[in-house]
Amino acid sequence: MELLANLGLGLSTSLTPLNLLYCLIGVFLGTLIGVLPGLGPTATIAMLLPVTFTLPPVSALIMLAGIYYGSQYGGSTTSILVNVPGEAASVVTALDGYQMARQGRAGVALTTAAVGSFFAGTVATIILALFAPPLAAVALKFGPAEFFSLMVLGLLAAIVLARGSLLHAAGMVVLGLLLGLVGTDVNSGAQRFTFGILRLADGIGFVVVAMGMFGLAEITRNLENEGDRSTVVKKVANLMPTREDWKRMIGPILRGTAIGSALGILPGSGSILGSFAAYAIEKKVSKNSKEFGKGAIEGVAAPESANNAGAQTSFIPMLTLGIPSNPVMALMIGAMIIQGIQPGPSVITEQPKLFWGIIVSMWFGNLFLVILNLPMIGMWVRIVSVPYQLLFPAILVFCSIGVFSLNNTEFDIYVMAFFAVLGYLFVKLDCEPAPMLLAFILGPMMEEYMRRALLLSRGDPMVFITRPISATLLALGALAIIAASLPAMHKKREEAFRE
Amino acid sequence: MNPIARNAKDFWTGFIYIFVGSGALIISRDYDMGTALKMGPAYFPTLLSVLLMVIGIISVLRSFFKSGSPIGVVAWKGLVLIVASTLLFGMIVRGAGLIIALPLLVIVSASASVRFSWKTSLAEAVGITVFCIVIFLKGLGVPLPILGSWFGN
Repeated sequence: MELLANLGLGLSTSLTPLNLLYCLIGVFLGTLIGVLPGLGPTATIAMLLPVTFTLPPVSALIMLAGIYYGSQYGGSTTSILVNVPGEAASVVTALDGYQMARQGRAGVALTTAAVGSFFAGTVATIILALFAPPLAAVALKFGPAEFFSLMVLGLLAAIVLARGSLLHAAGMVVLGLLLGLVGTDVNSGAQRFTFGILRLADGIGFVVVAMGMFGLAEITRNLENEGDRSTVVKKVANLMPTREDWKRMIGPILRGTAIGSALGILPGSGSILGSFAAYAIEKKVSKNSKEFGKGAIEGVAAPESANNAGAQTSFIPMLTLGIPSNPVMALMIGAMIIQGIQPGPSVITEQPKLFWGIIVSMWFGNLFLVILNLPMIGMWVRIVSVPYQLLFPAILVFCSIGVFSLNNTEFDIYVMAFFAVLGYLFVKLDCEPAPMLLAFILGPMMEEYMRRALLLSRGDPMVFITRPISATLLALGALAIIAASLPAMHKKREEAFRE
Repeated sequence: MNPIARNAKDFWTGFIYIFVGSGALIISRDYDMGTALKMGPAYFPTLLSVLLMVIGIISVLRSFFKSGSPIGVVAWKGLVLIVASTLLFGMIVRGAGLIIALPLLVIVSASASVRFSWKTSLAEAVGITVFCIVIFLKGLGVPLPILGSWFGN
């Protein structure tokens, strides 16, 4: 019954006209950037972070959350109509979605994606409401050793879930941890790795790194093969699936939601992997597996449900532990800190309005998304047709002004340019930037927890293994790495990402 | 065969990791190491640098034994123009002001595209400049000048 009272509180918070408006703005912007290829939620939220300074905390976070799950929704539209994934998580949707569109069934594909996403979003909201409070209660008992081990587990999972080589991903994580240490050491006041540059004394801004590696590097990558862009399917008629379609989409939506919800909680590319895994599994279990790749409705329903569910359950570690599971969540944590809220397990008890307000707003956000995406599909089709050569200079302008406005200094623009080069270099070397960014955020926290844990144990490093919760977390991480490097699993992992 | 050619990704990734790791290790020697009980500012970075170097060494060694996929096309023109236009914007935005820095950013970056055309880019530059002045300067109060200090403002 406590749950009902809590949901009531969330309802009263999210139903105010102001918060509904920000939720709508969030999902609208999310759909927009989801539809536009080459502009992801990380870069967008990074750009908008300075704007949220002036908003009340609940409204700011409701809007930012809306941008994230809205982008997962919008990404499918581009996948289906242009055969270019609007978002990384929509890559597999393009396989069958675009084929459906070419057969004149674009409307049905879009409806399938919307229905799947809405169902998944609703279920994920309930999961969030049910599981977040007990998890936070457990986390409140955590000491520094447990938090340190939890972060180790998170980073190991990010390595396992990254695309490409495990070894490279591991290196990216360590590199990110090191980069996070640039600046003043909180304990001794020593300047570390600043090379005498005064501007680096406060460390490198996360948003600056994110915009460089996700915004600018992505533009450069897109310029590699501008030539091959498939024709846009402009005609969207008949949104209504047939009876047969409905029947065929139920199973995939249910399975996709389950897979997406589970994988979304994991750190790293959880929600992206969710859509890949859902597609791969559907291809195995479906009666119509021969149709996959030729316009099977299951191939749209499953990954779209999975990525939306994953986008929402990825809020669980952020809201309950104060630990981000992906770069977007790291930005949300940044937004909380800006608003004077200390992220962590106490958010639920100390800021119940914020916590439950965000959760309930997600359901309304999903409702808005169905309305935005189905009846108003014509508008998005027109936006999809905006040529990339007009789009990317605009993205560059927004990134540059956005980065400047963080601290009102040109220095951040130069740092962003540096990370653009680095980001592109790593893309070319098959090193995914997401684990690095995650480690970048966790670096200073990990050092602090390690220091405190060792202080409490009088310098005995065994403390991480002798405390049962900490030991379990580390064992889970080790298990994940061992499992992923077994030859058989290794092949499976490559397959899952290749589809 | 030469590992740089046969498995360039592993080789160069490893090279970067070793380079950064050893660099960080050398710099960390200037800081106080402390003890496990009382970790100094060098403690954690030293651990990480060694770990990064180990990963780098394994990656380089692997490139000698296992072949990998080639690096593929590099968008040199795109990379140079995107980075150059961004740096240029940062350098002149205060001096020249948005009315000059923004159109330059748009046009220089747009020229990275194979479909670049002066006409559309100029039109876009005008549109974006007006939009940014209205939204960022007037609306959000970002402290950037329309016309910069070089013009006596």
